[in-house]
Amino acid sequence: MLEIKNLTATAGGTEILRGITLTVNAGEVHAIMGPNGSGKSTLAQVLAGHPAYEVTGGSVTYKGQDLLDMEPEARAQAGVFLAFQYPVEIPGVTNAYFLRAAYNAKRAAHGLEELDPMDFLDLLEEKLKLVEWGPEIMSRAVNAGFSGGEKKRNEILQMAVLEPTLAILDETDSGLDIDALKIVADGVNALRRPDSATIVVTHYQRLLNHIVPDYVHVLAGGRIVKSGGKELAFELEERGYEWLTETAGAVA
Amino acid sequence: MTVTGTPVAPAPRAAEPGWVAELRREGAARFEGLRLPTPRDEDWRFTDLSPITKAELGPVRAPGALTAADIAPFLFGRAEWPRLVFANGRFQPALSQLAGLPAGARVGPLARLLLDAPDLVEGTLGKLAVQPAAAALVGQNVSAFVDGYAIVLPAGTAVDTPIHVLFVADSRAARGAVYPRNVVVLGANAVASVVESYVALAEGVALTNTVTEANLAAGARFDHCKIQRESTQAFHLATLEVRQEKDSYLNSFSFAQGAALSRTNIYTTLAGPGAHATLYGLYLGEGRQHVDHQTRIEHAAPNCTSWEVYKGILDGHAHGVFNGKVYVHPVAQKTDGKQTNKNLLLSETAKVDTKPQLEIFADDVKCTHGATVGSLNDVPLFYCRSRGIPEAEARTLLTYAFAADVLEEIRSRPVVDHLEDLMREWLLKAGQRGSGAARPGAA
Repeated sequence: MLEIKNLTATAGGTEILRGITLTVNAGEVHAIMGPNGSGKSTLAQVLAGHPAYEVTGGSVTYKGQDLLDMEPEARAQAGVFLAFQYPVEIPGVTNAYFLRAAYNAKRAAHGLEELDPMDFLDLLEEKLKLVEWGPEIMSRAVNAGFSGGEKKRNEILQMAVLEPTLAILDETDSGLDIDALKIVADGVNALRRPDSATIVVTHYQRLLNHIVPDYVHVLAGGRIVKSGGKELAFELEERGYEWLTETAGAVA
Repeated sequence: MTVTGTPVAPAPRAAEPGWVAELRREGAARFEGLRLPTPRDEDWRFTDLSPITKAELGPVRAPGALTAADIAPFLFGRAEWPRLVFANGRFQPALSQLAGLPAGARVGPLARLLLDAPDLVEGTLGKLAVQPAAAALVGQNVSAFVDGYAIVLPAGTAVDTPIHVLFVADSRAARGAVYPRNVVVLGANAVASVVESYVALAEGVALTNTVTEANLAAGARFDHCKIQRESTQAFHLATLEVRQEKDSYLNSFSFAQGAALSRTNIYTTLAGPGAHATLYGLYLGEGRQHVDHQTRIEHAAPNCTSWEVYKGILDGHAHGVFNGKVYVHPVAQKTDGKQTNKNLLLSETAKVDTKPQLEIFADDVKCTHGATVGSLNDVPLFYCRSRGIPEAEARTLLTYAFAADVLEEIRSRPVVDHLEDLMREWLLKAGQRGSGAARPGAA
C-alpha cells in the first residue's frame, strides 16, 4: 500500500529525514518510535503533505500513485489521514460544519453526491459512539477550548468519519490520561479494516499495549536504525533509546 | 465665502418649527465655514473626501417610484417586522409597514413628526451629534435633510422586533446626494432595535450623508445595526451619535460592504453611571474600495463599561481604516473598556490603517486595546487541507471563521443570518477572483 524509498526532507534548510525506506502493507500496524528530534513527526507530516517541509530526495508510492506529487487535500481524499500531534483550533467553524465539509470533499473527489446536513447527522451519530461523545460536541467550534484529551478524541472522530485507508497517528497518546488513551485506542482498533493500514508514531511503548503493532521501527537521526516485531517496543521501554542512537552515530 | 464642496439645498420648509429652521441655518453656516474635511485633519488622516467634492452631486429632487419587487431583494427577517422604506431620501408609505406597534410608540418618518409633535424630538434633534470630527458632515446633513426615521418610545415601552429602515438609492431616477436624518428617543427602560440598511438599485455615482441621533434614558436598551450596501461607485458618509443615561445599553453593529468610499462614525457618550456600550463591526473591501470607521466612546460617568470589536477583511487594492478612541473623563472611575480591531488581508495590495486609542484621565480604570493586521495562517489552512478540504474552500472557510464570531453579537437571529449570507456571497466572489491563492508560500 505504502512504499517509502530513501526519503530525504528538510525544514528551513536543515535536513531532518536522511533516507527513510519503509514498506507498509494492507492490514498491518507499524509503530515508528524514537527519541525526540529523531524525525518521526516530520515523517508523519511529510506523508500528509505539510508545506513546511521540502522533500529533497527519494520516493513515496501510495496505492500505486506518487504520493509526493499530490496536494495535501488529494492525499486525504485518497485515504491518507494524519491524526495531528497538536490538533489545530478553528474558532468560528463548528465541528459539524468542518466534518461535513471534509466528508463531502472526499465524496466529491470520488464522484459521489454531497450528503445533506440531516443525513450527515445520522452518520455522525454512529461515529460519535465510537469516541463515547454526545451530539453536543458537534456545535462546538473545531478544537476551540478543547482539553488535550478532547482534541485527540476529536482527531479520532474525524478519522471515523473519513474512514482512511492509511491512518498515521502522530503522538496521539501524548497528554492523554489512561481513560482517554483507552477510548482513543479502542476507536483506532475499531476502525481497522483488512484493506487499511496504520502507522503509529510514538515516543512511548504505552499506546502499543492497546494498538498492537506488527512491526516496530526505531528512527534516530532521520534514519530507521532498527526494525523488529512488537517485542522491540518492550526492549526500548526497558533500555531506552541510547544504545540505538549510539549505533546510529557510528553508522553515520 | 463660496462653497466649493457639495452644494447645499436651501431649506424652504415653512411648516417646520422655528428651532428646526434655526438648526438648518446653523448647519449650513457650519458647513460653509468648515467644508468637507481633508486628510490634513487628524480625524480624517487616512480618508480623502475630495472625490466627493469633484463629483458635484446636488441634492436629489426626484425620489423615483419604487415597487415592491424593487425592494424585495433587500428584505429579510419576518414580514410583520415594522418597516420604513425611503427612496432617495423620500418616505414610501406604500412600501412601509407600521402595524402592530405598542400603544404610545411613535415610529415613522421624521418630517411628519416635525409637523405633528416636534416637541418629542426637540431635546435630541441637533443636540446629540456634536463631535467636532463630524461637524461638517452633520452641518451639511441638517441643512439639507428632507426626511428620515423617528422612533420615540415612552418609558417602559418595548418594541420586541427589529424595525427595518431601508434607504434605497435609486440612481435610475436621479443622480445626486441624499441626507437622511434620524432620531431615536427612548424613555426610561424602553427597548428598541433598528436595522438601518443602505442599498442601491443600480450601480451609479451617488452620495449618502446620513446622521442618526439616539437619546437613551435610564435603563433603556437600543440595538442599532447598520448595513451599508451602497453601489460600489457611491460615496457613503454616516454618523451615529448616542447619549446614554444611567444603566442604559447600546449595542451597535456596523456592517460595511458597499460604496467606493465610505466613512462611518459611531460615537457614544456614557453619561450616567452603569451605562454599557458594545460596539461591533465588520467591513469587507475589494477592488479599490475605501472603508473607514471612526468610533469614539466617551466615558463621562463612573462604573460604565464599553466593549468594542471591529473586524475587517480586505482584498484587491482595498483600503480599510479603523480609528477608535476610548476617552475616559476624570469622573469616570471604575471604567471597564476593551477595544480590539483585527484585520485580514487577502491580497498583497490591500491595506489597513488602524489606530485604537485610549485617553484616560481617571486613575481607577481597567482599559485594554489592541489591533492586528495579517493574512491567513498556514497552520489551520494545512489542517483543513489534510482533511480533504480543497485549498480554495479552506481559505473561504477560514476567512468566514475569522469574521463569524463578531456577527454573533447581533441579538436578532434573522439579522445575523442575513449578514452571514451577505458575507458568504462576498467570500464566494473573492474565491472566484482567486484571492489569497496567489500568495507567496502557498502551495
